[in-house]
Parts: sequence; structure tokens; C-alpha cells
Amino acid sequence: MDRATHATQTPPAQAANADVHDVGQQHPISVYLKIWGLLFVLSLMSYLVDFFGFQGLFRWSLILTFMFLKAGLIVSVFMHMMWERLALIYAILVPPLCLIVLVSLMTLESDYTFWTRILFFETETALPTGGH
Amino acid sequence: MSDRLIDMTQTPLTHTDHAVTAPHSLESLVSDWSTDQEVFKKVQWGKAMMWIFLLSDTFIFSCFLTSYMTVRASTTVSWPNPSEVFALTLFGQHIPLILIAIMTFVLISSSGTMAMAVNFGYRHNRKATAALMFATALLGAAFVSMQAFEWTKLILEGVRPWGNPWGAPQFGATFFMITGFHGLHVSIGVIYLSIIATRVLNGVYDRNGKYEVVEIAGLYWHFVDLVWVFIFALFYLW
Repeated sequence: MDRATHATQTPPAQAANADVHDVGQQHPISVYLKIWGLLFVLSLMSYLVDFFGFQGLFRWSLILTFMFLKAGLIVSVFMHMMWERLALIYAILVPPLCLIVLVSLMTLESDYTFWTRILFFETETALPTGGH
Repeated sequence: MSDRLIDMTQTPLTHTDHAVTAPHSLESLVSDWSTDQEVFKKVQWGKAMMWIFLLSDTFIFSCFLTSYMTVRASTTVSWPNPSEVFALTLFGQHIPLILIAIMTFVLISSSGTMAMAVNFGYRHNRKATAALMFATALLGAAFVSMQAFEWTKLILEGVRPWGNPWGAPQFGATFFMITGFHGLHVSIGVIYLSIIATRVLNGVYDRNGKYEVVEIAGLYWHFVDLVWVFIFALFYLW
């Protein structure tokens, strides 16, 4: 319905062009197969991080790198985000950025809670009377 | 006549909105958002609404994962080692985290078949679309079954939302909450995909030409896979 009204407003050549983009999202199957393979490889690599038992900063950086790569591939290719207009891309991808604030706040908060527990409860349980 | 005039004056405007500005330019962003109506141009309303729903779902899962981070970082008791908790003995060999790895590959495969179903949908290939969607739903059902197996195993080993034999009691609470909510999403997805696949097979979208319904269902399914990427990394591998 919507598309029909646009078609009447735009010159035929452009309307046809718009329609291809519109209904289309028409990409060769090979694109999906490649991304599929890439996701398999990335998943295997993140599993191997655990299998070989890497620890510390190296482990975290590998896990997070593979995670964001996989997420990026799924959103941009499988969910077709890279072919959408900027108006939609920004509307969907910018709001989750406020999660950075939440995660930072909760990191500070959990650090505070942790040390509060260490300072008060750990000594308390160490007392023979139990503290309460 | 007057209608015509208005139409003519509007034509240049829609012109810039639709065709002249490149879809990825900042100029298109500004012009799309500053038009009086229809911000998401060339996007079917169902698809825009699905994206907005998925955005809200992103926040729900983010809240779960952030609270998991908070309880895990603030507990003074050691956290159970997921690598050991989710290990299985297969063919006489003890393999760490193997069930979760298989579940991950199953879900990624289902995402692959779904992406191809969307593609065949836009080619109006009724049978291939339906077959690939049923394959997706089947893989999703396999995923949920493995999750049910995992839950059963852990419950039998004594994991409860308020405690477990290996360490921090918060482990059970976050595990059941996060994987349970994700499993619920997968289950709903399996039902959703089965319904749409049946309609594809019956030729409903051949008649009304609305094959974008397949893409919208695909968006939901890929999102479920996307959430699993985060759960896999943050809960199972961390």
C-alpha cells in the first residue's frame, strides 16, 4: 500500500530502483554461506579458548573479540542491517549504548559490595560467636 | 487540479528523501528523521516494529546479564567453574563444555538456514522457503531439547536457584533465569516459525505477495541466536 503511493510520486525509473531495494534484500546465497562458515569458525575458536584453558586478560580479550565479531556478523548480514538506511541503523544501534553507563555503574557498585563483604562479613564469620 | 498542484510541490521533497541521498549518508539520516511522516523509509511497518521490539528485548537480556555480572563480581565465594559444570563424558572421554558447544553450533546452523529461507522467500520460491523454515524450527527444537537435558542434569546434581554444591549460590539463580528466558524465546520462535512456514507452504504469501513476513520472522530468530552469542561468551566461557 505504502509503496504504491511512493511509486506514484517518484519517476518510474527511480520507483523501479526503489522497489528492487525495497522488496529485494536480494543478495547471492554465497554471502550467507560465507558468513555461516565464518560464524562456525569463530564459535570453534571461542570454544577452543576454553578447551586450552587460557586464563586472565588474554582469555577475556579473546572471548570478547569473538563475541563482538559474531554479533556484528549476525546483525549486519543475517539481519540485513548493513543494507538498511542510516535512519533505522541509528534508531536501533544507538540506544543500547546507554548500557555502557549501566555496566560501568554496576561494576563500581559490585566492587563496593565486594569490599564491604570482605571487610565486615568475612571477619564476622571468623569470630567464634558468629557475630550477630 | 489543486490536488495536482500540491502533489507537484511535494514531488521534489520526496525526491531528495528517497532517491537522491545515499542511504548511508548523514544527510539521509537528517532528512529521514525530519520529515513529517514515515521516518523509516523503504521499511515495511512490520519490520520496523519487529526491530523496535527486538531493541526492547535487548534491554531485558542486558538487565539479566548485567545483574549476573554484578552478583558474580560482588560475591566473596568462588564461582563454580562452568567448564567443569557443563562437561560431559562422551565415548569414555571427559570433554569440557561440550554440550554448550554443540548447542551453539546447532543454533548457528539454524540461523544459517533461516537466512537462506529469507533469501528464497524473496525469490518467491515457496517450497524451498518452507523447507528451510521447517529445518530452522527443527534445529531450534533440538536446541531446546538439549537445554532441557542440561537443566535436568543440573537439577539432579543439586543446583537450585538458592544454592549449588560447588560454590556461590548466585550461580543457580542467574543460570536458571538467563538460560530459561532464552529457552523461552527459542520455544516461542519454534512455534512462530512453524506457523509462518505452514502459511508459506499453503501459498498465503504467493497470493498476497507479502514475503517480507518471512524476513520479519527471520529477524526474531537471528536475534535469539544473537542473544545466545552473548550468553555463551559471558556466562559459559567467562
